Amino acid sequence: MNIIVAGCGKIGKAVIATLCSEGHDVTLLDKNADLINEMTNIYDVIGVCGNCADCETLEEAAIDKAELFICVTGSDEMNMLSCFIAKKMGAKHTVARIRNPEYNDRSLGFMRQQLDLSMSINPELLVAQELYNILKLPSAFKVEYFSRRNLEMIEVKLKNDSPLCGKKLSKLREKQNVEFLIGAVLRGDRVIIPDGSFELAAGDEISIAAAPADMQKLLKGLGILKKQARSVMILGGSKTAYYLSKMLLASGNEVKIIEKDTARCEQLSELLPKAVLIGGDGSQQELLLEEGLRSLDAFVALTGMDEENILISIFASNQNVPKVISKVNRDEMAKMAENLGLDCIVSTKSITSDIILRYTRALNNSLGSSIETLYKIMNGKVEALEFKVLNDSKLLGVPIKDLTIKPGILIAGIIRAGKKTIIPKGDDVILQGDRVIILSAEYRISNLADILR
Amino acid sequence: MNRRMVLYMVGTVIKIEAALMLLPLAVSVIYKESCTKDFLISILIAVAVGFALTLIFKPGSKVIYAKEGFVIVSLAWIALSVIGALPFYISGEIPSYIDAFFETVSGFTTTGASILTDVESMSKGLLFWRSFTHWVGGMGVLVFVMAVLPSVSDRTIHILRAEAPGPVVGKIVPKMKQTARILYVIYIVLTVVMAIFLLAGKMPVFDSIVHALATAGTGGFGIKADSVGSYSPYIQWVLTVFMLIFGVNFNLYYLILLKKIKSVLKNEELIAYIVIVVISSVAITVNIMPMFENLSDSIRHAAFQVATIITTTGYATVDFNQWPTFSKTILLLLMFTGGCAGSTAGGFKMSRVVLLIKKIKRELQKLLHPRSVSVIRMDGKRIDEATMGSLGSYLAIYVLFFCLFVFILGFETFDLESNISVVASCFNNIGPAFGIAGPASSYAMYSPFSKVVLSFAMLLGRLEIFPLILTFSPSTWVKK
Repeated sequence: MNIIVAGCGKIGKAVIATLCSEGHDVTLLDKNADLINEMTNIYDVIGVCGNCADCETLEEAAIDKAELFICVTGSDEMNMLSCFIAKKMGAKHTVARIRNPEYNDRSLGFMRQQLDLSMSINPELLVAQELYNILKLPSAFKVEYFSRRNLEMIEVKLKNDSPLCGKKLSKLREKQNVEFLIGAVLRGDRVIIPDGSFELAAGDEISIAAAPADMQKLLKGLGILKKQARSVMILGGSKTAYYLSKMLLASGNEVKIIEKDTARCEQLSELLPKAVLIGGDGSQQELLLEEGLRSLDAFVALTGMDEENILISIFASNQNVPKVISKVNRDEMAKMAENLGLDCIVSTKSITSDIILRYTRALNNSLGSSIETLYKIMNGKVEALEFKVLNDSKLLGVPIKDLTIKPGILIAGIIRAGKKTIIPKGDDVILQGDRVIILSAEYRISNLADILR
Repeated sequence: MNRRMVLYMVGTVIKIEAALMLLPLAVSVIYKESCTKDFLISILIAVAVGFALTLIFKPGSKVIYAKEGFVIVSLAWIALSVIGALPFYISGEIPSYIDAFFETVSGFTTTGASILTDVESMSKGLLFWRSFTHWVGGMGVLVFVMAVLPSVSDRTIHILRAEAPGPVVGKIVPKMKQTARILYVIYIVLTVVMAIFLLAGKMPVFDSIVHALATAGTGGFGIKADSVGSYSPYIQWVLTVFMLIFGVNFNLYYLILLKKIKSVLKNEELIAYIVIVVISSVAITVNIMPMFENLSDSIRHAAFQVATIITTTGYATVDFNQWPTFSKTILLLLMFTGGCAGSTAGGFKMSRVVLLIKKIKRELQKLLHPRSVSVIRMDGKRIDEATMGSLGSYLAIYVLFFCLFVFILGFETFDLESNISVVASCFNNIGPAFGIAGPASSYAMYSPFSKVVLSFAMLLGRLEIFPLILTFSPSTWVKK
């Protein structure tokens, strides 16, 4: 597919990397020639230097032949304007990053319609949602929802003292009276799609799928439930912090935000009357202790500096804060932070690229089924996809045990009639109108029929 | 340094060469020549070496950086020439291996300098291979590899930069593979069109194909003792026009296909190229008028010689060695400018000349107004200072190597005019020179040592110096 990406910032780079690995024809647009040079050295892409809202620049990038135009420059207004012009000049679909809270209220729908945007993405809001999900379920270090929260998939890391170590999956399943599925296990660098005889070990990262209503019960039964966070401290008053606080406050949590800039503190205080705003430098340990770091349920580091987030998070874990989450922008930093002992890291880049990935796959899609959701789980090694089954005759009505599914692919869940969650067994069947959740470790699936051999 | 990847790519290129040798093999089979078995042996050797390299050095990581790009390109070109010389040597038609190597380097670098004293006695298969090397070398072997093989690495841009000539190298579509394919399709179509035009002029089929191949690569190996002098004026005009066509940046042809004629007509390099061709042709026509009977002959010969030199092809319709000094001087200068960047022509490249002139203008302005700030633009685009800086260093190293080669040839007993023009001719990938190595004679009288040096000069000229120097500097290979 012919795709133009305008803006080579942090998000832009992540999007470009994802699109290239999918084999698309990517053209970059940026004002900075050095950045373009750098990107063309690393990826098989072509670059055009210039203002992305300028018709001539867009023309040079062959906008009329672009199937998708993704605008992720630093400025919302610029993104909206460029997408508007790009659409008028012949781009088939346009995606803009719009992250300012003022645009992300009721006006967003109107604007999207008027500007003819196919999609708007707000990485900060997405990150905040992810953080919120994790804080609701602190046992997990990653939480994903499928089909309007009808299926929940969490990732848990087994510590040395975890009660699950050395257990066989079939035994675990017998003991619990809730339906669940351990869909994938990451051991070292290797991903395993396990069967019943698989034995869990310390250090494994496992992915558990279950209906949200059953999840708490399940975790309790497995003995790995941590209590929900009630009082949360957020470091840094960024947009993400704003979105997250808003969600946390709405569900009755206590939120304390530490922010250096007094003016920003005042602004946030005005927007979030219930939150406690502390004007001070969060990198000072004394300040954190004074504000009750030790009595917190959760600590979230959201400053713009990856290094600061990581270091302060390490300090917080040493002070025995039950749940510490740090946000990092650069993926290589995420790996380093994991080595330093932080287990819960949220990356802005991967969340955004998951969305773009889903969108481009869906555009590529044929008629049989449509991709509704896509997440990369297990360190990006496994794709979890949700399909809406329209009319794929090869799959419909056949018991799952009779389908010849490719190795490394698993049907993790079926949602029937929009509300009934089925954790599939051999005798279950897929029907028209179902939503099916697939885990794929090796193959790139863009159509439900792709899972068959 | 990702050594495994470097050697793997070299092995791949040798395998491709083995495949390419099937064509001359076919030619020799058609003409039932004795060199058929020589091609078979060469192909077997190439296949063996190629597979040995690719199997032994299967790379773990395919990540390459600029450094690897340079080394891959230089080693691949050296390997190509070493293997490509085998048919000449094994057949015994060129008895000395150094001579065969010189001939092959001259072929792949699209120089067209020959050590053969009696071309017409060569077998058809070898003559075809000689001209085919021009065609392959013209657009670049590694570009060909990228066009036909599944994506080798994400970072093949480094290989393209190292192989393709010109100060600024870029892709024309996002994917490297597509870019390489588009360039080769344009190349093949133009070559076929040219062959048809030659056939229309009643040129024999074999001659048409060989000349089309050699002209497309702007190489210049002929198959007659007097180059193309004995062909009809129509054929000479066809050659003139097509030499000039192959001296133009191929990206412009793609723009024409996209119907962006306006930006093609505004291309500053193209304008400079056309202006220089026209002025030189007129000047030489006037200068040589007394030597020919009528005006049309002198126009034809002047235009042909200008085209052959500026595009660094190196055919000749007459022995321009006999021309007045003024005309010879113009031709010598044209040797240095060369064709456009991104074409199959060699030389210093027209775009570099244009940029240098702009740079000089700016320096002069700076002297008058020390605080003036100005940005150099070409085709309406800003040229960044890094490119301008590397242009300066390229000029310096170009001059330096030129002097070095002239110095080394000084050990030969020939006159200075011959030596200087021979170096200019090899370094800029032209072919014929003045004096003893003029269009009517050959390079046979130079010593084996000088031939090796001149082979090196041709490779340096084709790959634009830096890749080869980096390959042979120890710091590139140091493990860090």
